[in-house]
Amino acid sequence: MRKPGNKGWIVLCLLFLFLFIAGWQISTVSFRDLPGPWPVAETAWYFLSDPFYDNGPNDKGIGTLALYSLGRLTLGFVAGSVAAIILGVILGLNQTLFKAANPYIQILRAISPIAWMPLLLYSVQNSNVTALMVVFMASIWPTLANTAFGVSTIKKDYVNVSNILQMNPISKVFKVILPGAGPTIVAGLKISMGSAWVAIVPAEALLGSLGLGYFVWNEWNNLSLTSVVFAILVIGVVGVFIDFMLTSLAKRLAYVD
Amino acid sequence: MALLKVEAVSKYFTSPGARSEFCVFKDVSLKVKEKEFLSVLGHSGCGKSTLLNIIAGIEAASDGYAYLDGKQIIGPGLDRMVVFQNFALLPWLTVFGNIRIAVKAAYPGWDRNKIHQWVQKYVDMVGLKGAEDKRPSELSGGMRQRVGLARAFCVGPRMLLLDEPFAQIDALTRGVIQEELVRMWEDTGITIFMVTHDVDEAILLSDRILLMSPGPEARIMEEMHVDIPRPRSRTSVIEHPAYYPLRNRIIRFLSRKDEDDQTKCVNLVA
Ligand SMILES: Nc1ncnc2c1ncn2[C@@H]1O[C@H](COP(=O)(O)OP(=O)(O)OP(=O)(O)O)[C@@H](O)[C@H]1O
Ligand SMILES: [Mg+2]
Repeated sequence: MRKPGNKGWIVLCLLFLFLFIAGWQISTVSFRDLPGPWPVAETAWYFLSDPFYDNGPNDKGIGTLALYSLGRLTLGFVAGSVAAIILGVILGLNQTLFKAANPYIQILRAISPIAWMPLLLYSVQNSNVTALMVVFMASIWPTLANTAFGVSTIKKDYVNVSNILQMNPISKVFKVILPGAGPTIVAGLKISMGSAWVAIVPAEALLGSLGLGYFVWNEWNNLSLTSVVFAILVIGVVGVFIDFMLTSLAKRLAYVD
Repeated sequence: MALLKVEAVSKYFTSPGARSEFCVFKDVSLKVKEKEFLSVLGHSGCGKSTLLNIIAGIEAASDGYAYLDGKQIIGPGLDRMVVFQNFALLPWLTVFGNIRIAVKAAYPGWDRNKIHQWVQKYVDMVGLKGAEDKRPSELSGGMRQRVGLARAFCVGPRMLLLDEPFAQIDALTRGVIQEELVRMWEDTGITIFMVTHDVDEAILLSDRILLMSPGPEARIMEEMHVDIPRPRSRTSVIEHPAYYPLRNRIIRFLSRKDEDDQTKCVNLVA
C-alpha cells in the first residue's frame, strides 16, 4: 500500500473547501434569500477592491475596520496579558496566595467578558474604553491561570541553578522563571487571544465602536446578509492569522527538556 | 585549617500523612581540606544529595551547622558550585548560553566582550568547541555534563560540589570525563566534595573516602585514605597493590545490610 504523500493533506484540504462551497450552494437553493457563494464573492470583491476607503466617520473600508478591531484587540490584549503575567508570576511563586486566589480566578474566568459590558459602560461612560476593557477582561484569566500554574510547577532544578548562581530576583524572573514557564504561558496567551477575539465582535456591535463587529451589525441593520456573511468570513480569516502569529511565538519559546 | 567543616548535621523530613519525623541522617561531621578531593560513598537514598544540598545552601539542616572557611553556611553562594546528577541545564539556552548565564551572574560588572571571551575559554576547556550553539536536548549525556562542569568552573568557586555527576553517563565516556575532571581540579587548585555510589569512581578520583551507612538515620561510619599516587588512570589504579584491599573493604562495608547478611556478603566478595 502506498503511504499518503507529504502533500496529501493539501488535496484533502481543497476537497473540504469544495465540499463546503457545494454544501453552501445547495443550502441556499433550499432556503430562499440566503446569500450563496457567488453573491458573497462579488461582495467580497467589491469591499476588497478598495479596502481603505473613507467616507466619513461611520463608513470606512473593510481593511480599515479590520485594523480598528486589531488595534483594539492588540491594546486590550497586551495590557491584559502583561497584567496576567505579572499577577501569575506572583501567585505562582507563592503557593498560599495561589490557593487563596484560585477560587476567585475560576469564578471570574467563567464569566463572559460581554456580561461585564453594561457595568463597564456605566462606569466609564465611553464606548471605546469599554470595548478595550472587555478585551482586557477576556484576555486576562486564561493567561493568569496558566502563568501561575507554569511558574508554580517549574522544575526545581532550574530554580536551584538560579539560587546557586545567586541571581537577583529580577534576573531570576526574566532569565529562569519566565523562560521556564514560557510554553505554558504562551498556551494561556493563545486561549486568551481566542476569547478576546470572540468577545470583540459582540462588544463592537453592541457598543457601536468602529470595527468588524460594528460592520456585521451595521450590515444586518441594512438587511445586507451578503455583507454579513462576508464579514463573518473576514473575522474567521483574521482570527486564523492571529492564531498563526501566536503559534510562531510558541514555537520560538518551546524547549525540549 | 579545613576549608569546609560540617558539624553534627542532621536532617529530618516530615512526610505528609505520617505524624512522626523521618530522620535521613544524623550527626554527620566531616572536614574537607583545601585542594582536597573528598568523596562520600553510600547507598541510594541514604541522604547523599540532601547532605550535598545542605552544604550548597539550597536546603537547610535540621540540626548542626556547616562552615566554609570558618563562616557559617546560611544559603547558596558563588563560592560553592554544584554539578547535578541530572545536569540541571536550562533547556531553552544553548551550550554557550548556559555557561554565559553563570558568568553574567558571577561577574555583573563585565562587558559583553569580556564575558564572551570568558565563556569561550571554558567551552574550550571542556572540549565543547563547535557545539556552542546546540541546545542541551541535542547533546549526549557526556556533553551535557561537560556543560555542567564548565558552568561550575567558570565562576571560579572555592569548592565544587558534585552530586553523582557521572551516574547518567555511559561507562566509556565516563572514564574520559573523570580524567578531564581530575586535570581541571589539578589545574585550578579547587576543592572538591563529591557524593557517589560508584566505588571505582570514588577510588579513582578521591584523596579520601567517607562511607555512609544506609538510611534511615544514616551516619558516616568509616574513613579511608586512597594511597594510590597520582596521576592515576583507570588501568594504573587497578594494578596498584592498594586497590583491591581498599575496594574489598568498601564493598564489604556497603553490602553489610544487617548482621545476618554479613557472612553471606563477605563470601560473595571473597
Ligand atoms: N523533600 C523531601 N521530603 C521528604 N523526604 C525526602 C525529601 N527529599 C529527600 N527525602 C528522602 O530523604 C532520603 C534521602 O534522599 P537523597 O536524595 O538525599 O538520597 P541520595 O543518597 O542522594 O539517593 P540517590 O543515590 O538515589 O541520589 C530519601 O529516603 C528520600 O526519600
Ligand atoms: Mg542523590
